[in-house]
Amino acid sequence: MALKGNLRDFTITQILNLINLAQKSGTLVVEGPNEAAKIYFREGKLAYAQFGQDDNSLAAILYRANKISSAQHRAIKTRAGQMSDKELGLLLINANYMSQQDILNSLQSHFISVLNHMFTWVEGFFRFDTEAAPPDGKITVRISLENIIMEGSRRLREWEQLQDEIPSLDMALKFVDRPGANLRSVNLSVEEWRVASFINPKNTMRQIARATKMNDLEIRRIVYGMLQAGLVEIVRPEGAPPIKSFTQRVVEEGNKEEHTSLIKRIISRIRSI
Amino acid sequence: MQTVKMVVTGPFNAGKTEFIRSVSEIDVVSTERKISSDAERVKETTTVAMDFGRITVDQDLVLYLFGTPGQKRFDFMWEILSEGMLGFVVMIDSTRPETFREARRILETFRAYAATPYVVAANKQDLNDAWEIDDMRIALRLSPKVKLLPCVAADKESVKTILLELLYSILAEMDALEY
Ligand SMILES: Nc1nc2c(ncn2[C@@H]2O[C@H](COP(=O)(O)OP(=O)(O)OP(=O)(O)O)[C@@H](O)[C@H]2O)c(=O)[nH]1
Ligand SMILES: [Mg+2]
Repeated sequence: MALKGNLRDFTITQILNLINLAQKSGTLVVEGPNEAAKIYFREGKLAYAQFGQDDNSLAAILYRANKISSAQHRAIKTRAGQMSDKELGLLLINANYMSQQDILNSLQSHFISVLNHMFTWVEGFFRFDTEAAPPDGKITVRISLENIIMEGSRRLREWEQLQDEIPSLDMALKFVDRPGANLRSVNLSVEEWRVASFINPKNTMRQIARATKMNDLEIRRIVYGMLQAGLVEIVRPEGAPPIKSFTQRVVEEGNKEEHTSLIKRIISRIRSI
Repeated sequence: MQTVKMVVTGPFNAGKTEFIRSVSEIDVVSTERKISSDAERVKETTTVAMDFGRITVDQDLVLYLFGTPGQKRFDFMWEILSEGMLGFVVMIDSTRPETFREARRILETFRAYAATPYVVAANKQDLNDAWEIDDMRIALRLSPKVKLLPCVAADKESVKTILLELLYSILAEMDALEY
């Protein structure tokens, strides 16, 4: 079924967050204002990325990363034009020209730069296709998305949007206990670490902001990044006097039986509609 | 005669009025207006005050369903509406991810008011463009504990299921509380 939408209101970081948490495999096609990108994922990890019409051959990527000279690039293109990336990669490694790690590093930074560039798009459409896999013969990587998501979230500057995402600073934060959510594997900035050190269901965001000397915008921006990366969740602060719900009031007034029967009456009525 | 109420909330055009209409025994007293702003003109009318439906439970008990207006400038009514409610339903149009941010804002705002039971209805699941439930759970940032249910608001059975799930949650919460 459809996983598609408009970038204006559903951002790239939110899409990446979804792919990360649902550990999706497939292809994300994003059509930005003047260009398009295709990003491939395997089990929630970045596997391959490509800008619309750019030359995405291994030779071109290595050349742009200054790993080979322009003469070498030309030579590869004429002599090994039919070779797949995997074959060329093996050739370069076997000829002791570069290590496997060199090649993987160049590919990784290229793919991440494609994603980082996409963060600047505010207009456009996206769709996710669970069938599609990277083109044959391409070398794929496995890059965790958390860092990329944090980086993308740091760019969100819009005050109104942040206020929608985090309407009340009187709520508290809690680290999520999701397997794979690991603070240590994420590159946090100094400010982010300071906030992280105060995260506890007892502390409201307002208190954390005061303790870390941040204003409302700064604390929201940092919390938003952590929310997006799936590291924390918003919870009601522990020990705060709760605004009483119907159910709590009922129990305190001591007529639990009576009200349980009231709810049961409503249930049987609705069943009969 | 005792009256109790539930609140149906959610972003603009999510299907709140339709939902209440499906189970109410009176014509929904709704306060629809022609839409003036171009940005929101995806349909002819919108709810500007609140929808209002009724289900008579028995001789001594009536359940009211209140639908909040979907447009943001009516936020001030939430506080009045949520006073003393049994629980609430958050309706979301599964075909419009551009409204998910607004839905998150509504969820966060309501949760800050009171620890009231709620369920989330992924509406318009009959349409081809509808997002899958699992994807919506992540996009809406709902923890696994929160009930997120598929919904087709015009279908009475679907609406009944959602109201019942909310009532089961209310029962469970009352059971769990100690004197
Ligand atoms: N296909 C389909 N259409 C629906 C469903 N629910 C509502 N609609 C349609 O969606 C549109 C909006 O429904 P409303 O009930 O007016 O939505 P609302 O949430 O009350 O809207 P506002 O009061 O303006 O915020 C109408 O055209 C409905 O017919 C559904 O489950 N499936
Ligand atoms: Mg309405």
